[in-house]
Amino acid sequence: MDVLELARWQFGITTVYHFLMVPLTIGLSVLVAGMQTAWVRTGKVQYLKMTKFWGKLLLVNFAMGVVTGIVQEFQFGMAWSEYSRFVGDVFGAPLAMEGLVAFFVESTFLGLWIFGWDRLSKKVHLACAWAFSLATIASAYFILAANSWMQHPVGAEFVDGRPRLTSIWAVLGNSTVLAAFPHAIAGAFGVAAAFLVGIAAWHLWRKHRDGNGDPEDGTADERSTAEAEDRRVWRGSVRVGGWVGLVSFAVLAISGDFQGKLMFDQQPMKMASAEALCSTESPAGFSVFAYGDVARPDCENVKSFTVPTLLSFLANGDFASEVKGVEQLIDEYGAKYGTHYPDDPRLGELAGQPVDYVPNLPVTYWGFRLMIGFGALATAAAAWVLWLTRRDRIPRTKWFPRLALAGIATPFLANSFGWIFTEMGRQPFVVVPNPNPSGVDGVWMYTAQGVSGLTAGEVLASLITLTLVYGVLAGIEVFLMVRYARAGVAGVMPPEEPTDDESGESGDTLAFAY
Amino acid sequence: MDLPTIWFCIIALFWLGYLFLEGFDFGVGMLLPKLGRNDTERRVLVNTIGPVWDGNEVWLIVAGGATFAAFPGWYASLFSSAYLPLLAVLVGLIGRGVAFEYRGKVDSVRWRRNWDRVIFLGSLIPAFGVGLLLSWNVLGLPLDANGDRVGSAFAAFRLDTVLGALAVVGYALVHGGIFLSLKTAGELRTRARLLTMRLAPIALLPLVALLLMVQLREGSAWTWVPIGTVAVAGVFALARLAAGREGQAFSLVGVAVAGTVVALFGALYPNVLPSTIDPAFSLSIADTASSGYTLTVMTWVAAFGTPAVLVYQGWTYWVFRKRIGTHHIPAVHTP
Ligand code: HDD
Ligand code: HEM
Ligand code: HEM
Repeated sequence: MDVLELARWQFGITTVYHFLMVPLTIGLSVLVAGMQTAWVRTGKVQYLKMTKFWGKLLLVNFAMGVVTGIVQEFQFGMAWSEYSRFVGDVFGAPLAMEGLVAFFVESTFLGLWIFGWDRLSKKVHLACAWAFSLATIASAYFILAANSWMQHPVGAEFVDGRPRLTSIWAVLGNSTVLAAFPHAIAGAFGVAAAFLVGIAAWHLWRKHRDGNGDPEDGTADERSTAEAEDRRVWRGSVRVGGWVGLVSFAVLAISGDFQGKLMFDQQPMKMASAEALCSTESPAGFSVFAYGDVARPDCENVKSFTVPTLLSFLANGDFASEVKGVEQLIDEYGAKYGTHYPDDPRLGELAGQPVDYVPNLPVTYWGFRLMIGFGALATAAAAWVLWLTRRDRIPRTKWFPRLALAGIATPFLANSFGWIFTEMGRQPFVVVPNPNPSGVDGVWMYTAQGVSGLTAGEVLASLITLTLVYGVLAGIEVFLMVRYARAGVAGVMPPEEPTDDESGESGDTLAFAY
Repeated sequence: MDLPTIWFCIIALFWLGYLFLEGFDFGVGMLLPKLGRNDTERRVLVNTIGPVWDGNEVWLIVAGGATFAAFPGWYASLFSSAYLPLLAVLVGLIGRGVAFEYRGKVDSVRWRRNWDRVIFLGSLIPAFGVGLLLSWNVLGLPLDANGDRVGSAFAAFRLDTVLGALAVVGYALVHGGIFLSLKTAGELRTRARLLTMRLAPIALLPLVALLLMVQLREGSAWTWVPIGTVAVAGVFALARLAAGREGQAFSLVGVAVAGTVVALFGALYPNVLPSTIDPAFSLSIADTASSGYTLTVMTWVAAFGTPAVLVYQGWTYWVFRKRIGTHHIPAVHTP
């Protein structure tokens, strides 16, 4: 493999991995801040227990989100130096803002939250929880603005062979990010929701099976109040998770529809590839499922089940529009952006070769369907759990916890496929030109031009190292998650919990220490 | 001063923030096996930086991100040429961050001992790597006209830049030791202070050598001033430490770091990254700066953002100002 291919694998692996932690952190930190707010406002211990339990799982995940993020930040310069030189004037600004505005707040207030239980007043401590959870959302906005600029360059002009920023407001208000932001945030809440539902459903079911009272110390009375409280923790979590999951999917579908329409406008090739739509159709049908060889742009041998005219509607809001197919777009792109790569020695083997304007069709076609499909599964699971637990019911069937736990994976998969589709659907470009005048004309870059002039050995070394390190850490994170999730509330509440101590600084020992 | 020069100074400022803050984190990590005689003591040491290490690390992320935005060519050339050292820095930081968070999460001697090793290496390696990176940046890399490294992955390695790596490691040891004398109580405090006093004369030697080398090769008359400041502040810092005034010693280290950063970036100016192949290929502030508009936007962000960061990070240090001793450490509670 050459440097280009290695660097692409590395970027894909490290980013998809980072985005396993990211949505859980975003969704869960907001939900935990909400739980803590409920505790501060009502004083009910069940909310404190919820905060501590989900807060602990959040921390286990957060650490991994942070450390994998640093790799992301540096990787542009390390492996994509030509790309960095090209886009820096525009792209660097939102990236630097993310650091200055979001990451500092996130990391500082998280530290205050973890260690501040006995050092800060209840209200200030709660404010810290909100500060870091809102900062995670802010960070998402900035990085998505940066990414959206690569999908749809705006607010720049072309000077001396490079884009130059002309309006930061245009970049931050890009139509593409306005649609992608609610979509990605709703996806994050979908992840947190399934996480809550899965783990809490298992505890709820187990409590029910085991009946009241674990053999612990304390009088029978104390035991049963504690039990009742724990039950409320799990019930509350299941219900919150279920509703958040349903709402997230509604937002995902609506924002996704907007994204689809923008994509039709801004990246017609990605649209056609998402559908493996070979030749132009009007009206075009939406393919639900296909078999045969979708990899070939001429669609020989492909049989597909289609919903007539639906694609026209998804793309353009009516049931009659023409949707361009891959074959016609190849010609259009060739006419606009050239049929061959420039004869530049930096391009290596690709120099002077014909450009393949078609993204990897099986990946885009199936990526799009798997994103929506896994999202739909997650929603079905949320609705089912809400139904089963209606009016204080607790299901007895052993399928209940099993399916709820398995359901945790679905929104993670939907998110990963969403990104893989979005990012691979814009190949062979790293900065996509927009045939439509809504973007800046003439600002674009082939992925092959963006890579650093490194030796293949270096990139191979980093690819192997990072993949191994990430693999080991994934095992450790899952191990800790499972351990803490199983232990339930008892695992995170020290026996002599100092409750309701407004004065702070109680006793001599720290309320929390690593 | 024009905007690009101002941004050159702002980036130096981010590096100053990073070296000063994460400097003692690295030091604490490297001193962990030596100073912490049992698990409770090691927990005291880790907890002195527990609430702040992540905030400190963001200074590096912002130094990188700001370089990307303000001087894309500098960011691209430095980060791609220094590929392998940066990889080592990243792997170290990954391990360290996770280790702090995970070390106490399972009650097992083996588990904690392994994470302690990760903390030690995860502090040593990035300190070494950052030092290498900074001294390469000042002394130059083999760059061609496009700003790409000429030659193999190891083409940039030179013996004299190892001095920079050792300088940061040595400085971090001393700085971490002073920080621990300031933040711990009881016997640990005394031990930290004595160890630092003993280490300092050797540990600071590479820093002195680096500064003199850079000054003799690249410096101008005025850069003797910051170098003099470093020497005076360093000597006074150790004297105050010996007198048991750790707070003053800690502040004086800050002055010494500031002097070091001014001396190094002063030697660099008006270049941002010299080429050792041909001075004509050196990247300068003017060649690599982003457009005026971008820099203006960034200036607004930095003008509001940076003071806010200083205020709330300062507040964090105030909230956690108390010394920690072994009697503060709660019992282990894990599932
Ligand atoms: C939609 C959200 C999103 C996306 C697309 C990305 N990230 Fe991220 N990132 C976050 C959302 C996030 C977060 C939720 O804010 C994290 C996760 C854990 C954390 O501390 O913050 C984070 C952490 C995080 C950190 C560590 C911050 C710290 O030390 O506190 C860095 C440096 C980056 N990210 C950089 C990047 C880069 C360069 C990306 C692009 C390739 C990227 N992230 C994609
Ligand atoms: C966190 C969510 C993201 C995921 C899961 C993701 C996924 C991917 C994948 C799978 C690739 C490889 C595509 C290929 O090689 O065909 C890729 C490439 C890339 N992505 Fe993303 N991406 C994400 C966010 C971002 C963001 C926010 C940015 C920029 C701000 C970005 C910038 C890039 C760049 C520069 C490449 C270049 C390499 C290439 O095109 O092959 N990505 N990404
Ligand atoms: C009805 C359901 C959905 C529709 C119509 C939809 C539509 C879309 C479209 C059109 C894009 C590509 C945007 C572009 O490249 O320009 C996209 C991207 C994405 N989708 Fe979905 N989606 C749906 C459900 C989901 C679900 C359930 C998840 C995750 C839980 C999800 C996560 C993502 C992510 C992470 C991306 C990439 C980042 C972004 O552009 O925001 N989507 N989606």
